[in-house]
Amino acid sequence: MGIEPAHEQAEPLCMLTPAGERTGPPAVHIGDETQSLRDFYRDMTLIRRIDTEAFALQRHGELGLWAPLRGQEAAQIGAGCALASQDWVFPSYREHGIAWTRGIGPELLLGMFRGTEMSGWDPNEFRYAYGQIIIGAQTLHAVGYALGLQLDGLVGNDDPQRDTAVLTTFGDGATSQGAVAEAMMWAASYQAPVVFFCQNNHYAISVPVERQSRSPLAHRARGFGFEGIRIDGNDVLACYEAVASALAKARAGGGPTLIEAVTYRRGPHTTSDDPSRYRESAEEEYWESRDPIERVRLRLVELGVPGEFFTEIDAEANDLGARVREACLALPEPDLGALFDQVFTEQDPHLAAQQAEYRSWHGVSGGAA
Amino acid sequence: MTDHLALGKALNLGLRHALEQDDKVVLMGEDIGRLGGVFRVTDGLQKDFGPDRVRDTPLAESAIVGTAVGLAMRGYRPVIEIQFDGFVFVAFDQIVNHVARLHFRSRGSVRMPIVIRIPYGGGIGAVEHHSESPETFFAHVPGLRVVTCGTSQDAYSLIRHAIASDDPVVFLEPKRRYWLNGQVDTSRTDDSWSSSVLRSSPESTATLVTYGPLVPTAIETAEVLAAGGVEIDVIDLRTLSPLDLEPVFESVRTTGRLVVAHEAPGNLGLGAEVAARVAEECFYSLESPILRVTGYDIPYPPSRIEHDYLPDVDRIIDAIERAEAF
Ligand SMILES: Cc1ncc(C[n+]2csc(CCOP(=O)(O)OP(=O)(O)O)c2C)c(N)n1
Ligand SMILES: [Mg+2]
Repeated sequence: MGIEPAHEQAEPLCMLTPAGERTGPPAVHIGDETQSLRDFYRDMTLIRRIDTEAFALQRHGELGLWAPLRGQEAAQIGAGCALASQDWVFPSYREHGIAWTRGIGPELLLGMFRGTEMSGWDPNEFRYAYGQIIIGAQTLHAVGYALGLQLDGLVGNDDPQRDTAVLTTFGDGATSQGAVAEAMMWAASYQAPVVFFCQNNHYAISVPVERQSRSPLAHRARGFGFEGIRIDGNDVLACYEAVASALAKARAGGGPTLIEAVTYRRGPHTTSDDPSRYRESAEEEYWESRDPIERVRLRLVELGVPGEFFTEIDAEANDLGARVREACLALPEPDLGALFDQVFTEQDPHLAAQQAEYRSWHGVSGGAA
Repeated sequence: MTDHLALGKALNLGLRHALEQDDKVVLMGEDIGRLGGVFRVTDGLQKDFGPDRVRDTPLAESAIVGTAVGLAMRGYRPVIEIQFDGFVFVAFDQIVNHVARLHFRSRGSVRMPIVIRIPYGGGIGAVEHHSESPETFFAHVPGLRVVTCGTSQDAYSLIRHAIASDDPVVFLEPKRRYWLNGQVDTSRTDDSWSSSVLRSSPESTATLVTYGPLVPTAIETAEVLAAGGVEIDVIDLRTLSPLDLEPVFESVRTTGRLVVAHEAPGNLGLGAEVAARVAEECFYSLESPILRVTGYDIPYPPSRIEHDYLPDVDRIIDAIERAEAF
């Protein structure tokens, strides 16, 4: 598809400008581009609504914490939609958009943030591991999973329905962790079917990306011996095409790729953060003008998509907002007594005694279901 | 100067005074500069001491500790922050294999005056890896001093003492007590690595030993019991390794009963070491088994139920009553 490697790229790959103009190379992996843009628009609008609602729920004391994705909708929906159903994802904590594309809705997503769950879903069910909090750790897990796919003979069979790849996602800050460098080294060494998808949102909490790297993050891949590319992370078409292409290469046995999606964290790091302490509003305004959703809307209008399409999606988003609030309040309260059964695969007598003691102290009878 | 300060502010003041007094003191950590740390413990320090002495580092705990080793070898006194307890494990190799051993390995020719500050423990409604109590991991390592603070005064005095020490110190800050107010006398910087007797009476029938975030809980426990006519001694260990247990032995010899409380899981926790040593030293004084009130032997739970996990006044009183009824 003519994506140049990062060290030869003058500008990050862009296929849809902030003004909604179609530019760059033709799409190779997208079938009907207009239909795809409609789908992306819908997903991005819906995930933004989930994000906005969750933020508000935290402000109302219903969530302990929220890590907003505002501004990163294109990167996440583009990457998530590029996955084949058999592919796996090893994400960090902010990837609500990718989770959404895997079928993880608010009912499962909010538990960790409300403090009712450690995670909230079964990774095997969604082929989506946990929202990793230890920065960078998931990238090694992704590579190990990919080695397992190789051992199982699920790479390089020229069978797109069966061949499988792994997507791992992390931030600009994470690239400084030893674990991430080790994961890239390992993936290169074994030509593991992994796509490293880095959302460079310019900050690791308060620390600007310049503290983490003096050169574009995508350049790192070259040192490890695989391809790195930079893309406009607010351009959903570029995100989709780049990730789809890297996943196809990985499934076919072509080894890893690093994709740096250049984007911006429009909100605070989390609801506990106060970005006014470390960044200027002019910068925030610049990125507001590069909104990932607006450019798709402009393009769709130009393509003649009627106004009802947008009003219908707005209505759907309103319904989803209500669903987020209900789902949050309906999350079952956890029971500490039941957690004693979760520590080992077989219960240990000492722990069982402690569990019984806990239950009698709390006046609750019976074991876990 | 005596002042009323929150524990976190007392730490901030201690760091400020250390930076003022010794230009070899340098601070490093994630978000400690411009942001002032996620708990604002380093608030204002970069502004006043500059970005070379108060450094916002790249996101790599292993590197924060590893480079502190080199800075220490060059004569600096790095005070480094690990943003939350759960992230210190990324730097475990550097701490255990290098920071703790260089003095020993070099027959004393190299010193490691490094302070590793770690906001630790639960109770703030956080997500996973933000509520750990890792003290035992470090207390088990020869060559590391492990210190906690449970009052504003200790926060100030002990951070000054830790920075002045030529030994490496893992300095555990009970994050849920950052906002707890207390008196601070800034002339008190010369504390030894001693435990502190917070309450003692010849009438006491039990000794309660704790440290860090449970210090205020222990004081409250003693007050509740006193209101019902029961006196107990309360001892704050403050230094978790090497332990200063003389005051504990002395107390147990008169009370005959010992309860140890900590947030960390009980299994192989600090309480086990305290219990073993008291059993060795005070065997004939003991009137009852030594009891522990601790976190359960499960990973730290989701925050909605963390208060079912954390030792509280009721659980400590229950243990004291069981010891008394034995
Ligand atoms: C090992 C570790 N160190 C520190 C943290 C605290 N922390 C959480 S998020 C974060 C910044 C991450 O920045 P980046 O990788 O750019 O991801 P972003 O949050 O921007 O999505 C930090 C320092 C952590 N969670 N884990
Ligand atoms: Mg970032």
